[in-house]
Amino acid sequence: MADDDEIILSELSDDELVLQMHDDLYDGLKEEIEEGVNILIARGWTPYDTLTKALVAGMTIVGADFRDGILFVPEVLLAANAMKAGMFILKPLLAETGAPRMGKMVIGTVKGDIHDIGKNLVAMMMEGAGFEVLDLGINNSVEKYLDALEKEQPDILGMSALLTTTMPYMKVVIDTMKEKGMREDYIVLVGGAPLNEEFSKAIGADAYCRDAAVAVETAKQYVARKHNQLNG
Amino acid sequence: MALTPEDDHLTEEGLAPLQDGRVLLIACGALAHEILALKAANGWTHLDLQCLPAKLHLWPDRIVTAVEEAVLERGADYAGVFVVYADCGTGGLLQKKCRELGVEMVEGPHCYSFYEGNEVFAAKAEDEFTAFYLTDFLVRQFDAFVWKPMGLDRHPELRDMYFGNYTKLVYQAQLDDPALDTKARDCAARLGLAYERRLTGYGDLATTLSRVASR
Repeated sequence: MADDDEIILSELSDDELVLQMHDDLYDGLKEEIEEGVNILIARGWTPYDTLTKALVAGMTIVGADFRDGILFVPEVLLAANAMKAGMFILKPLLAETGAPRMGKMVIGTVKGDIHDIGKNLVAMMMEGAGFEVLDLGINNSVEKYLDALEKEQPDILGMSALLTTTMPYMKVVIDTMKEKGMREDYIVLVGGAPLNEEFSKAIGADAYCRDAAVAVETAKQYVARKHNQLNG
Repeated sequence: MALTPEDDHLTEEGLAPLQDGRVLLIACGALAHEILALKAANGWTHLDLQCLPAKLHLWPDRIVTAVEEAVLERGADYAGVFVVYADCGTGGLLQKKCRELGVEMVEGPHCYSFYEGNEVFAAKAEDEFTAFYLTDFLVRQFDAFVWKPMGLDRHPELRDMYFGNYTKLVYQAQLDDPALDTKARDCAARLGLAYERRLTGYGDLATTLSRVASR
């Protein structure tokens, strides 16, 4: 196999370059991803195609290998950093050229919890899949979630927790939404290492998402279902 | 008397029971030294200790399966079994499994909580959720449990992605050991965090095992 140093990205065909970008994303090579994105855009690729075919498709491979225990958190973080750098170039271009919009999500880590690695990955992959994402960050009170829901009117609320001690706070948020009669207005997705399907059902969430890829697929399904109900 | 097990062995392999007591403690390898010390200090010769590999904490879902296998494999050989794990990131699944198996376990979310005392820890939670905790075992095994699994040996640039939201490292000392204090302070510096040391002793672990031993 050729040494990576010998590969000149600008000399590759489009198909070869996209495959090379998948490899570079897998290896967390931020500068190569930035270069690849710039080359595709200069060749007339739309920002949306560049995002989905080069970055999201590459990150999907990373996600699958993480799920299967082939890749671990450090490698996923490096890949995410590389993807983020590519998205940084594409974001203003996407805003100019337009891209299919899948829906809107408000996402945040719950009160008392500062862990945001999983939440950040979900936010990034949701953006990559065409969702508009408002990230509330960490340590969010029920008031902060509800304010954001009322102000932003998203399709989806995403809540994340890493700790056994903080995950029950998700129920506080959902119960408050019920009290205010607004629970049915939103799709509620939850995730985080100690969570599981059973917990998600018990607190009244719509679904538990075990990783970022599952979150994207679940969000797409629920949003499509919601739109079908509205149109039916 | 049992030999003091090596930390690396406790991390990777755990500890086999001596099969010399009537009550079996199935514990996390990270608690082996502390449980053996409590056994020796209190003369609990009727408590036998089996430890599962401490590294199971890197994949909490595997703790439930490993505890179940240990209870089913050896439980019938003893008059009683007690599981010396807290919830440990299993999201209530370990508690559920223990109920199914008819065995008890330690109360609380994790060892940081029961070392400090579950009530005290819970009372501090609102002010301390930006603290990263280490125990004696974790200070000794810092590289095996934190630095290497997080890839910081290969990619130190990831440090702030993991620890950027933390403000301090709290070393919960079971033993008053200046060498561990120095090492814990160095761990805090490597993570870019302020340092605080608390001598907790064995906390709720001692009272819980005392209750088990007196049955």
